[in-house]
Amino acid sequence: MAKSWDEINARIASGEAVVFTAEEFAALAADEGLSAAAKRVDVVTTGTFGPMCSSGVVLNFGHSDPPIRMAEIALNDVAAYGGLAAVDTYLGVTEPSRVRGAEYGGAHVIEDLLRGRAVRLRASSPGTDCYPRTEIDTWVTLDDLNQAYFFNPRNAYQNYAVAVNSTDRALYTYLGTLLPRLGNATYCSAGALSPLLNDPTYRTIGVGSRIFVAGAPGYVAWEGTQHNPHTDRDANGVPVRPAGTLAVIADLKQASPDFFSAATIAGYGTSAFVGIGVPIPVLDEDIAATLALTDADLTATIYDYGVQHRSRPALGTVTFEQLRSGEIEVSGKKVPTGPISSLPKARAIAAELKRWILEERFAITQPLQLLPQVGSQSQKPLQIKTGEAI
Amino acid sequence: MARKRLDLTFPPQQSLKPVIYHLVKDYDLVPNILRAQIHPAQEGRMVLEVTGNKESYAAGVAFLESQGLTVNEAASDIVLDSEKCVDCGLCTAVCKPDALTLDPEAQTLVFDKDKCVYCEACVIACPRRAITLSF
Ligand code: SF4
Ligand code: SF4
Repeated sequence: MAKSWDEINARIASGEAVVFTAEEFAALAADEGLSAAAKRVDVVTTGTFGPMCSSGVVLNFGHSDPPIRMAEIALNDVAAYGGLAAVDTYLGVTEPSRVRGAEYGGAHVIEDLLRGRAVRLRASSPGTDCYPRTEIDTWVTLDDLNQAYFFNPRNAYQNYAVAVNSTDRALYTYLGTLLPRLGNATYCSAGALSPLLNDPTYRTIGVGSRIFVAGAPGYVAWEGTQHNPHTDRDANGVPVRPAGTLAVIADLKQASPDFFSAATIAGYGTSAFVGIGVPIPVLDEDIAATLALTDADLTATIYDYGVQHRSRPALGTVTFEQLRSGEIEVSGKKVPTGPISSLPKARAIAAELKRWILEERFAITQPLQLLPQVGSQSQKPLQIKTGEAI
Repeated sequence: MARKRLDLTFPPQQSLKPVIYHLVKDYDLVPNILRAQIHPAQEGRMVLEVTGNKESYAAGVAFLESQGLTVNEAASDIVLDSEKCVDCGLCTAVCKPDALTLDPEAQTLVFDKDKCVYCEACVIACPRRAITLSF
C-alpha cells in the first residue's frame, strides 16, 4: 500500500487528501486496525508548544540617513547581537532586559513585535567613513522592518526529562519550580502529539521539511543543536530520553502571538513558548505504526535535578499517560506531576496544520537531506582545558 | 449564611489567639486562616475566611476593629488572566491544595478558588505572569 510523496501532494493539491491529527490517527488505528488506517489517511499532523530557549529572530532595520554601522544594539533595553553587517541583528529569546531583568527579555520584545507594538531601538557605533552616524534612538514596528525571521537553533526536542528534586530546598529550574523531597515532578513534551516522537528515526522529517513555526509556514533548516539520535530507545525505536532536535526558520511577519508566548521562568530566566507543527506523510505501515502510538506507549526518564552535575542519576521511566494522570511513583513515593508544555496548544497547532493542508492546500516536502540518523553521532561534552594544556 | 474573606493587618505584639477564640465563641463565626505573616516586631497580616450568619459577621468585624485590627473586606484575591494563560500547567505542579488543576480530558487549566490558601506559589511559578495577587 506504499504511497509516494508525489501521490500525496497530488491529493493535497486536488483537495482529496485525508488528513488526521496524531491523536485522531491513533484512535482510528485502534478502531479499524493499522493497515486500514494507513491506507485511508495521507497525512498526519503533529504539534508541540513548550519553552524553547534556543530561539530567536534575525532582523534588518534598513539604513538611516546618515547611516550607522550598529555595534551596540538594544531593543526595549534588551541587548541584540551587533557582530553582523551594519543594520542586521540577531535577538535571542533568553536575553534579559538591562533594566527589568528576566521579567522582560528577548522573547517579550518578539511578542511585542508580533502584537504590532512599537519597540524602542537604540544603537551606537564608533563611526566610520562609510557609516558616520554614532548613535541612533528610534522606534520600530514589525511592519517597518525589511526582514524579520525566526532562526531557532534548537526546537521540538524529541522527548524530554521528567524532573524531580531530592534535596531539602526548592529548586528553580528551566523545568519549573521543583519542590523539595520529591514534592513534585515536571515534564515537558507533547507526548503522542510531539513531532519527532511520531517519526522517531527521522525518515520523513529532515532538512527542507515544510512545517508550522509559531503560526507561520516555515522549514526545517538543519539538525538542531545537541541533536542526538544515539540514545536509549524502546522496542518501537522511540527514544526514552531527550534525543533529536530541529533547527527551524520561518517568517516572523506571518507568525502569530497565539503560537509564540514570552515566558519568565522563576529563578531561571526568560524563554519563549514556541509552537511547532510537522506534517508527516503516511508512506507505509512502518511509519503508520509510530504515528499510531499513544501516551500509554511512550515513556520518559525521570532525573533528579537535585544533583548538580551534567549526568544526573536516572530514577526510572514513566509513560506519558501516567504523567498526564497527575501522579506518578518515584522511589516508592507518590509524586504529583505538572506539565510545562501545553497540550491544548499542541492540539490547536495540529488542528491548524490540518486546516492548512485541507483548505490552503499546504504541500508537504520530502527532505532535501536527512538528519543525522540513528547511530551516527553522539554529543560531546565540553572539556575544561587550560591554555598550557593546548 | 455568609462566607467572606478578610484581609487583617494588626499591630506588632498583638496576640491573635484570643481574638480568633472570641470570634468563634462570642460571635458564632467559623474562621479559617488562609494565610498569615507574623513577625513579633512588625505589623502582621492575615487572610481569614469566616463563615457565619450576616448579623454575627457584622458584629464580628466590629469586634476585630475594636481590638485594634485593620479589617479590609475587599480582601486579597488571586486573579487568573485567561488571556495571558497558555495552559502550560506549570502552576499546577506547585499548588499543593489542588486549587489549580488540569481538566483530565482537555488538559486546560481549572481554578477552584475555594481551595486556594493564598500561598502565592503559582504567582511566582507562572511563566506568563498570568496569575496575580490583587488587593
Ligand atoms: S495561591 Fe496559587 S498555588 Fe497557592 S493555593 Fe492559591 S492557587 Fe494554589
Ligand atoms: S502557569 Fe500560568 S500560563 Fe501556565 S497554566 Fe498556570 S496560569 Fe496558565
